[in-house]
Amino acid sequence: MVSVEAARPAETAPRPGRRRGIQQTRGYRVFQVVNAVILTIVVVVTLYPFVNIVARSMSHEAYIIAGQVNLVPRGFTLDTYRLVLSDSLFWTNYRNTVVYTVTATVISIVMTTCYAYVLSKKQLKGRGVLVGIAVFTMFFSGGLIPNYVLVTSLGLKNSVWAIALPNAINVFNLLVMKAFFESLPGELEEAGAVDGLSTYGILWRIVLPLSKAIVATMVLFYAVAFWNSWFAAFLYLDRQELWPVTVYLRNLIAGATGAENVGAIAEANEVQAEATLKAVTIVLTTLPILLVYPFVQRYFVRGIMLGAVKG
Amino acid sequence: MSTAAPPPALAPPAPPARRPPGAPRAPRRTWRRALRRDWQLYSLAILPLLFFLIFRYLPMLGNVIAFRRFQPGGNIFGEYWVGLRYFKMFLADPTFWNVFTNTLVLGALTLLFCFPLPIVLALLLNEVRARKLKRFVQSVSYLPHFLSIVIVAAMVMQLLSMDGTVNQLVRAGGGEAIPFLQQPEWFRTIYVSSEVWQTVGWGTILYLAALTTIDDDLYEASRIDGANRWRQTWHVTLPGIRPTMVTLLILNIGTFMAVGFEKILLLYNPLTYPTADVISTYLFRMGFASSNFSYAAAIGLFEAVIGLILVLSANLIARRTVGTSLW
Repeated sequence: MVSVEAARPAETAPRPGRRRGIQQTRGYRVFQVVNAVILTIVVVVTLYPFVNIVARSMSHEAYIIAGQVNLVPRGFTLDTYRLVLSDSLFWTNYRNTVVYTVTATVISIVMTTCYAYVLSKKQLKGRGVLVGIAVFTMFFSGGLIPNYVLVTSLGLKNSVWAIALPNAINVFNLLVMKAFFESLPGELEEAGAVDGLSTYGILWRIVLPLSKAIVATMVLFYAVAFWNSWFAAFLYLDRQELWPVTVYLRNLIAGATGAENVGAIAEANEVQAEATLKAVTIVLTTLPILLVYPFVQRYFVRGIMLGAVKG
Repeated sequence: MSTAAPPPALAPPAPPARRPPGAPRAPRRTWRRALRRDWQLYSLAILPLLFFLIFRYLPMLGNVIAFRRFQPGGNIFGEYWVGLRYFKMFLADPTFWNVFTNTLVLGALTLLFCFPLPIVLALLLNEVRARKLKRFVQSVSYLPHFLSIVIVAAMVMQLLSMDGTVNQLVRAGGGEAIPFLQQPEWFRTIYVSSEVWQTVGWGTILYLAALTTIDDDLYEASRIDGANRWRQTWHVTLPGIRPTMVTLLILNIGTFMAVGFEKILLLYNPLTYPTADVISTYLFRMGFASSNFSYAAAIGLFEAVIGLILVLSANLIARRTVGTSLW
C-alpha cells in the first residue's frame, strides 16, 4: 500500500484515544500550528459578516455612511429597531412566514413519512418503480416556466398552497427517511401484525414511536427550508400582505416596491436610516435561526449522516 | 448513495414478513396477490404519487409548450405546433450564447472551489486533537448553510457596499472605493466566494463521517512501512474517502447547469449582466418580464436536458473508471 521509503522504525508514541499514532516530529508540530491558524481564519471569516451586520444595525447612520462601522456599533442607537418593529407590514410578513412554515412542514412530513415507509418495504412488489419515480425527479425537472403555468392554472396563486404543495416532498429527505425505516428491526412490526394491527396501525403505533428522532430531524430540515424560502412566494404571491418576511427583506435590499412603508415611517420620524434599516431587517430575520441553531444543529448532522450511510 | 432498488421482477426468496407463505409464484397472478396483500401499503403511496405526477411529471410534459405557441391564460399545453422554432430562435440569439458561456464559467468556478475545499477543510479538522475545539469550528462553519439565500445576498451587499468593510480595507490600503456590485469584472469573484462562505463548512460533514470509518489498522500498517504523515494522508486517508468524493462530484456535476439561480437573481443587475446573467436568470426574464413563455420553456428544456446528460455521463464514467456510482 505504501512504498517503503526508508526502513527506519516508525516513531510510535502511545495512542491517545482512537487517533492514529502520533508522530511528534518537528514537521508535524509545525503543521499543527499552521492548522490552528487556518482554522482560526475560517472561524473569523465565517463569523465576521454576522458581527458586522449586528454592529451596523445598532450604529448611527452617519457612521455607516462614513464607512466607520466594523466590529462594534458606532453612535449606538436602537431607534432603527423601533422603526422596523413599528412597521405593521413587517409583523404581518413575519406572521406569514410562521404560518407558511408550519403548514408546509406538516404536509411535507405526512407525505414524506408515508412514502418513505412504503419504499422501505423491501418485499413490496413494484417498489423499484416507486423509488425510481422519486429519484428521477432529482436529476430532471420540468423547469421554471411549466411549473409556473401549472401552479397558475391550478388556481394556487396567492395562497399558501402555491408554496406548500409544489415542494411537498424533498427526495433527499425521502431517501434519508427510507434508510432509517429500513434499519428498524422487522420483528416488532411482525409482532404488531400478529396482534391484528393493520398497516396503518403498525405505522402509527409501532414505527412512528420508534422514529421520533428521524421525524424531528425531518421537521427541522423542512422547517428551515420553508422558513428560508422566498422565490416561490416572490413568484406566486402578488399582494404584500401575503408575503413572508424573506420577501420583505428582498424588497428592502432591492429597493423595490413594498419597501416604501418602512421608508415612509422613517421619513415621518425624520430619521436617516437607509443603511441601518437593511442591517436591522437582516438581523431580525436571521435571529430565530441563530437562536435555535445551537440546540438543533446535531439533529441536522445526524440526519445528513444517516442519509450518507444508507442513502 | 446508491438509491436504485433491486429490480422488482426478482421476487424475494425469503418468505414475506407477517403473511402466510404464499402459493407458488405465478407471474400473472402476483400483481393481484400483491395488491390484495399490501393494499394498505399501496394506499399510503397514493397521495405522494399524486404529488409526483402533478408537480413533477406534469411540468415535464408541460415542456411541450417549447414546441407549441403558448398564450398566457390560454391552453396550458399551448395552442398549436411550431416545431423547433423557439429552439432555432435562441440558438441564433447572441444573448443566449453569452448567458450560456456565463453559466459554464460560473459552474466550472463553483465546481473548482466548492468541490475540493470541503475535502481540505475536513482533512484539517480531522487533524485537530482537541475535541472541543474541533466541535466549535465545525458548529461555526455549518452556520451559514442555514441562512436564507436572501440573507446571504443582503450580507454580501452590505459588506461590499461603498461604506462596507471591504471598501474600508481598500481605502485603508490607499485605494479608491470600488462599487463591486456594479462592475461585471467582480461578479464571478463575489459569486464564488459567497458560495464558498456558505457551503464549504456544511460540505465537510459527509467527509468527516467517511473519515471515521477508515480502519486504524491501515494507518498502523502504513506507519510500520515507514510512511510519514503526509504519505499516510495520501495513501490511506484519501483512498478511504474516495467513494464519498466520487458521489459528491457526480452530484455537483448534476447541478452544474443550475448554478445558483436565486442568488444571482438577488445579486445581479443590468450593469453586471455581461458576466452575471446565466441561462436560468435569462429564461426567468424572458418568461416573466417579456411574457415569452414558449421561448423561455425551450431554453429551460435545453438546460434540463444538458443537466441530465451531464449527470448520466459523470455517473457512467465514474462507474467505468473508479467503480463508484450513484446507481
